[in-house]
Amino acid sequence: MRQIEYREAIREACIEEMDRDPGVFLIGEDIGVYGGAFRAYKGLLDKYGPERVVNTPISEIGIVGAAIGAALTGQKPVAEIMFVDFTTLAMDQIVNQAAKIRYMTGDSLNVPMVLRTQGGTGRGVAAQHSQSLEAWFYHIPGLKVVMPATPYDVKGLLKTAIRDDNPVIFIEHKMIYLLKGEVPEEEYTIPFGEADIKREGKDVTIVAYSNMLFKSLAAAEELEKDSISCEVIDPRTLVPLDLDAIIDSVKKTGKLLLVTEACERGSVASDISAKVTENAFDWLDAPIKIVAGLNTPIPYNSTLEQASVPHTTDIVKAVKELL
Amino acid sequence: MPKISKEKKIKMLRDLIAIRRFEEKTIKMYQAGEFGGYLHPYVGQEAIAAGACAAIEPEDYIISTHRGHGHCIAKGADLNKMMAELLGKVTGYCKGRGGSMHIADTELKMLGANGIVGGGIPIAIGAGFSCKMRKKGEVTLCFFGDGAANNGVFHEALNMTAIFKLPVIFICENNLYAISMCSLDSVACEDVGKRSCAYDIPGHIIEGSDTIEVYNTVKKAVKHARDGKGPSLIEAKTYRFYGHHPNDPAEYRTKEESDFYKKEKDPVVLFKDTLVKDKTMTKKDIEKMEADIQKEVEKSYDFAVSSPEPDLEGFLEEVKAI
Repeated sequence: MRQIEYREAIREACIEEMDRDPGVFLIGEDIGVYGGAFRAYKGLLDKYGPERVVNTPISEIGIVGAAIGAALTGQKPVAEIMFVDFTTLAMDQIVNQAAKIRYMTGDSLNVPMVLRTQGGTGRGVAAQHSQSLEAWFYHIPGLKVVMPATPYDVKGLLKTAIRDDNPVIFIEHKMIYLLKGEVPEEEYTIPFGEADIKREGKDVTIVAYSNMLFKSLAAAEELEKDSISCEVIDPRTLVPLDLDAIIDSVKKTGKLLLVTEACERGSVASDISAKVTENAFDWLDAPIKIVAGLNTPIPYNSTLEQASVPHTTDIVKAVKELL
Repeated sequence: MPKISKEKKIKMLRDLIAIRRFEEKTIKMYQAGEFGGYLHPYVGQEAIAAGACAAIEPEDYIISTHRGHGHCIAKGADLNKMMAELLGKVTGYCKGRGGSMHIADTELKMLGANGIVGGGIPIAIGAGFSCKMRKKGEVTLCFFGDGAANNGVFHEALNMTAIFKLPVIFICENNLYAISMCSLDSVACEDVGKRSCAYDIPGHIIEGSDTIEVYNTVKKAVKHARDGKGPSLIEAKTYRFYGHHPNDPAEYRTKEESDFYKKEKDPVVLFKDTLVKDKTMTKKDIEKMEADIQKEVEKSYDFAVSSPEPDLEGFLEEVKAI
C-alpha cells in the first residue's frame, strides 16, 4: 500500500470532504498561501479559493465564533486554531457556546463543526506552545474529542469529524505531521468510539494515544526481547471512549498501564483508570499504573522539556514494575 | 425614506404591545415565585426589536442576548412556547433545557439568546459567512448591549466582518447600564456607535425609543449588507424601565432619571401616538389590539401551566451520542 505523511492525510481528507459537500470550508490563521503552520493545507487556497479557505486575522474568538455561526446556519466549517494552547483565548465560544447550544436549545439548533488544533512537546517551544490540554475538552459534556496518531487514523477520523452533527475537537501532535504511514487510495472513514489494537499481546495492556502511541509501541518492541508481551491499544477518540475495548484487553492481561503526555493531575488517563477500577476491578492482578507528564509548565531547555514528559524507557520501566 | 406601509406599522405596534404585555406578565409570575432562574425584562426597549425585525425578511437571521424576549417575539416566536420554556416545560422552545436566556428556533432563524454577555457577537461572524457564501441575499442582525460592547469579542467580530464584507448588522442597545455599571463610565468614547470609524463601516447613533427611526436605520443597513458592502454598526440609545432583573432595586440610578424615561421615552406610548396621529389606527383599534394581545398572553400562561414537565427518562437524549 502507498505511504503518505500525516499532514498529507489531513489534506486528502479535507479535499475529499470539500468535493463531496459544498458546505465544507476551512477557516483559520495563516491557512491561505502559507498553507497552515504545519503546511497541512498547502495548495488548498489555489484549489478552492478564498471563500472556502478563509485566512483570518489573529482572532481566535472570531475564528471559533465564525465556525459556530456558520455551523448553526447550515455550513460545515473546519476551524483551525494553530496551537491547542491558543484555544484558551476562545474558551467561551468552545465551552459555553459550541458544546452547549444543542442541549440548551432542546435540540433545536446543532453545531456541526470541527476544531482542528495541535499540541504536545518536542520542539522546544516552551510553556505556551507545548501543552496537552485534551482533559479540558474531555471534561465538557457536548464536545467530542479526537486524537489520531497515524496517517490512516487521521484521515478516516477527520472525514468522520466533518460529517458529524456535533462540535468535534480534533487534536493532532506537532511531532507527527511528517510521519509516514499506509493510507489506501480508496475512500474510507473510521467511526468514533472504536479503539484500535495497534499491537496484540497477553501480559500487559498499554493504553496510549497521539504521540505516546509510538513511544508505547517502541517500548512493547523492547519488552518483547525480554519475552514480555504487551497489548497496545489506541482509543483514537477520547469522547466517545471505547471503554469496552480497554476492559476486554484487561480481562485478557490482568494488568493496565495508561500513558499520556498530558500532566497527570486531572488527566484523561486518571479518568480511564477510575473507570477500569470501577468496572473491571476483579480482573486486575495489580494496581493500574499511569505514566504521564509531570505537573509542570513545559520548560524551554530541551533536557528539561524531555524530562517533563514520558519516554520509551519510562514505559518499559513501568511495565516491568507491573509484572 | 420610502413610505412605510400601514400593515408594517400595525405589525410593529402589535410587536411592541406583545413584548410589553408578555414581559409584564412574566415579571408578575417571577415575583410571585412561579418560576426560577433569571429574568431580564425588555420593557422600555421594545422599539428596537420591533423596528429592527420589521426591517428584515423571514429568511434573515437574528442573534439575541440574555435580555432576549423582545427579539424573539418580534421575529415571530410563539408566545405559548416561550411561556412554556420559562416554566421549564417540555412544550417550551428548548423543552425546558434552556429557560429564558436560551430561546432559539431554527425555523424562525433565531440563533439563540445567550447567557454570556457578548457570547453571540462572534457567532454573528459565522452566520455572516453563511449568508455571504449562499449568495441568496440573507443578512444577520446581531443584538447586544453596551456592556457587551466593552468585551474583546466586539473588536474581533467587527474587524472580521468588515474585512470579509459580511452581511451583518450589529445593533448595540445602549440602555445605559450593564447591571450597575453606567455606560458613561464604561464606554471610553461615550457613543459605542462612534467606534464604527475604527472599522471603516457605516455607524448610526439613533433614538432607540423611536420605532420608525429604528426601522428606517436598520432598513438602510440591511440594504448596505445585501448590496455586498458589509456590516454596519447601529447604536440605539434606550433605557430599561426595570432593573437588571425584576428584583433589582436599581439603586445605582436616580428616580428622576428613570421617571424621565418612563414618562418621556416610553416606546409603546410614543408609537401609539404616532399611529393615531398619522391615522394608521384609531384609539379604539389600538384598545382592541391590546385586549386581543392580553388574551393571547393569558392563553400562553394557561398553555404553559397545563403543559407537562420534561420526562426524566429522556432528558439525556441530546447528549447520549456525545
